[in-house]
Amino acid sequence: MVAKGKNDLTTAGRKSDREMVVMRTFNAPARIVFKAWTTAELFKQWWVPKSYGLTLLSCEMDARVGGGYKLVFRNPGSGEPMPFFGRYLEVVSNARLVWSNEEGGENGAVTTVTFEEKGGATLVVMRDLYPSKEALDEAIASGATAGGFDEQFAQLDEVLLAL
Amino acid sequence: MVQYSRLDASFAALSDTTRRGVLEQLGRADLSITDLAGKFHMTLTGMKKHVGVLEEAGLVATQKVGRVRTCSLGPRLLAEETAWIEAYRELWASRFDALDRIVEDLKRKEKGDGRKRKK
Repeated sequence: MVAKGKNDLTTAGRKSDREMVVMRTFNAPARIVFKAWTTAELFKQWWVPKSYGLTLLSCEMDARVGGGYKLVFRNPGSGEPMPFFGRYLEVVSNARLVWSNEEGGENGAVTTVTFEEKGGATLVVMRDLYPSKEALDEAIASGATAGGFDEQFAQLDEVLLAL
Repeated sequence: MVQYSRLDASFAALSDTTRRGVLEQLGRADLSITDLAGKFHMTLTGMKKHVGVLEEAGLVATQKVGRVRTCSLGPRLLAEETAWIEAYRELWASRFDALDRIVEDLKRKEKGDGRKRKK
């Protein structure tokens, strides 16, 4: 199963029971790519894909060890604000960023992004490490199973009522 | 006469609250029939029937080791995980396409500034 086009420059997979990994090479020095990850003004221009119909209400980031970040989206369903926030645990200029994801409580992942420059290009590797297999399974379930299932169940209920 | 199909099997399997609950539990961890019966306060025989229906529909897989039959999510739900990972990749691919454009912009600006400074 390989997607064609520019899209497949990005690879992603479940690396272990509790880790998701995404990779992509950018044709620019690490300091430029790093800047786009750590400057709110730039970050908010790429973090939310237009096709997802999500509105980013605000984006604050203080990319220093112990500094916080906060992204607020508008929930497309309810219109309520949905905050995503955490703290920077490690910041190594042009090389490495580690932050916590605290909106989900204890089951939140720790995100590590590394920037490796080679011959003027930069390999970006993003890892989401969950505290347990169950936490990642649950994240997957809430996205695919629960989300998908809820919809399927609602449809199923309608079908059953109509019988 | 209604033909018995895979679709009928999964509709029947999902139309029961207990069976949906079993899928939720198995989404968190593999469990034996005894564990499941305990969680839903049912007899072993009752739980075996529910698991049988889910297994028939491909929603649950079971494996007997010694005297214990362990249940896990079935092949159809593993396909759900594959779909989730693909959606996850798509999200990052869209983000990274946008990031790529920003990075190209920044590069161009830097070059422009460099040239201005030289002059």
